[in-house]
Amino acid sequence: MTVLEFDRVTKIYSVRGAGQIKALDDVSFSLTSGRTIGLVGQSGSGKSTIAKILTQLETPTSGEVRLDGEPIPRRGAGLRAYRQKLRMVFQDPFASLNPYHSIRYHLERPLRLHGVVPKAEMDDEVRRLLERVRLQPDAVVDRRPHELSGGQRQRVAIARALASRPSLLVADEPVSMLDVSIRLGVLNLLADLGREEGLGVLYITHDLATARHFSDEILVLNQGRVVESGPADDVILRPQDPYTRALRAASPDPEAHFASLSGSDGGAL
Amino acid sequence: MRDALLTVRDFSVVYDVDPPVEAVKNVTLDLRRGEILGLAGESGCGKTTLAYGLQRLLKAPAVITSGSVVFHDSSGEDIEVDRLDAEQMRRFRWDKISMVFQGAMNALNPVATIGSQLEDVFEVHRPGMSRAQRREAVAELLEIVKVGPQRRRSFPHELSGGMRQRVMIAMALALRPQLMVMDEPTTALDVLVQREILRQISQLRREFGFTVVFITHDLPLLLEISDRIAIMREGEIVELDTAEQIWTNPRDEYTRTLLSSFPRLTGERGVVAR
Repeated sequence: MTVLEFDRVTKIYSVRGAGQIKALDDVSFSLTSGRTIGLVGQSGSGKSTIAKILTQLETPTSGEVRLDGEPIPRRGAGLRAYRQKLRMVFQDPFASLNPYHSIRYHLERPLRLHGVVPKAEMDDEVRRLLERVRLQPDAVVDRRPHELSGGQRQRVAIARALASRPSLLVADEPVSMLDVSIRLGVLNLLADLGREEGLGVLYITHDLATARHFSDEILVLNQGRVVESGPADDVILRPQDPYTRALRAASPDPEAHFASLSGSDGGAL
Repeated sequence: MRDALLTVRDFSVVYDVDPPVEAVKNVTLDLRRGEILGLAGESGCGKTTLAYGLQRLLKAPAVITSGSVVFHDSSGEDIEVDRLDAEQMRRFRWDKISMVFQGAMNALNPVATIGSQLEDVFEVHRPGMSRAQRREAVAELLEIVKVGPQRRRSFPHELSGGMRQRVMIAMALALRPQLMVMDEPTTALDVLVQREILRQISQLRREFGFTVVFITHDLPLLLEISDRIAIMREGEIVELDTAEQIWTNPRDEYTRTLLSSFPRLTGERGVVAR
């Protein structure tokens, strides 16, 4: 089932003195439930404009965005339902949780706002959410964010995103501020949840290597245009567009580096 | 040892808080003249503390509790860094060892032109230079890092992130130091700009022959650019070897954990573990 559709979306910013800037230029793609699209491109490519349109910080100049087949509502009950269906996981787990409140509060709030479960089941639901992100409920539920590590906080942020039972998760660089040895764990969790819960996941990143591993499809953006898209391995291993090739060539690739040094043609060392 | 640039023996730093934190524990290290040494580790492992400590740049509550640092100057003189007085230290810094700081993009003064900021370096460290000579030196530096001398009148906000980083490298290069310490110099840049800056660093190193300590958590990147790599964990260097050995034959368990934290860009799907 199609969760998200971008249908010929264009976003033009008028900048005084600089004329018009096309942040998105005729962008179309669709995301099916249970699948992950990796959105890659360098700064200024339009990745964040897509996230801003999804979170309604911006409206498209032309074209349409549909979630579960419906255009993005502007106000009222429709807007609330939209916010229940689309949830974000942000880059900085140190800033996205409120230092004043306990983990329980962070998870109860969306449950309450969206009326997900009756009050009597609130506690069980909070525990269930924490277990789904592989946290020990008893160890974290009454703690505050500063008592948790970066990885634990990001798991709480994911649990909070799952609380309203969304159909789409937008993860904007969700691991770039985490320590390297725990990044894969968090990405694996996102991938598992996507599959298990039938969520669509939009993974926004500039890191080609993780995009390849955690996405079914990759969409390469350059100056607001989709220059290449397709199955992740095709896009990364056999890039057609010169921009995708340049991105790949610029990304660290020790495998290829040492293969070229030893004169072999790559493969296992 | 004549090919050594810096000899570090039994170097320890403690943050004197309650309870005290042993940030760097008995590090012993020989930096070879002309090499790029990658210093890899996760946040809090002590890599930045070590780099700052070597130049006595740490502030309280950090205390250097043991160890010696000897700089083998190209003149043949051995400088015991821990024995320098304040004035000698001031002259030593930037002249012998310069630094490209973490978050260097924001390390420039927003209300001064980049030309005047670069001139400051000469005004302080080369008081004998005339104004015209300083101008000329700044123009040359901006030329070397490919920002272009016409940019000397620009303010930092008028330059892109990559350009600002080049200005920081120009500043670090100004006095032709023998060692440049780069603390996450490309982390905030996107991959295309990062690659340009890395090319420039290696080209400048060939041209001027300085030694580089390159600090980052990005192990795949270090594997490509370093001659040797030191892996740090909880204040200790757990493994130090050539980049190729670290890649083909990592001995320490933690090195393998770090390697397996990065998915492969090409080849079989999976992590770069072995």
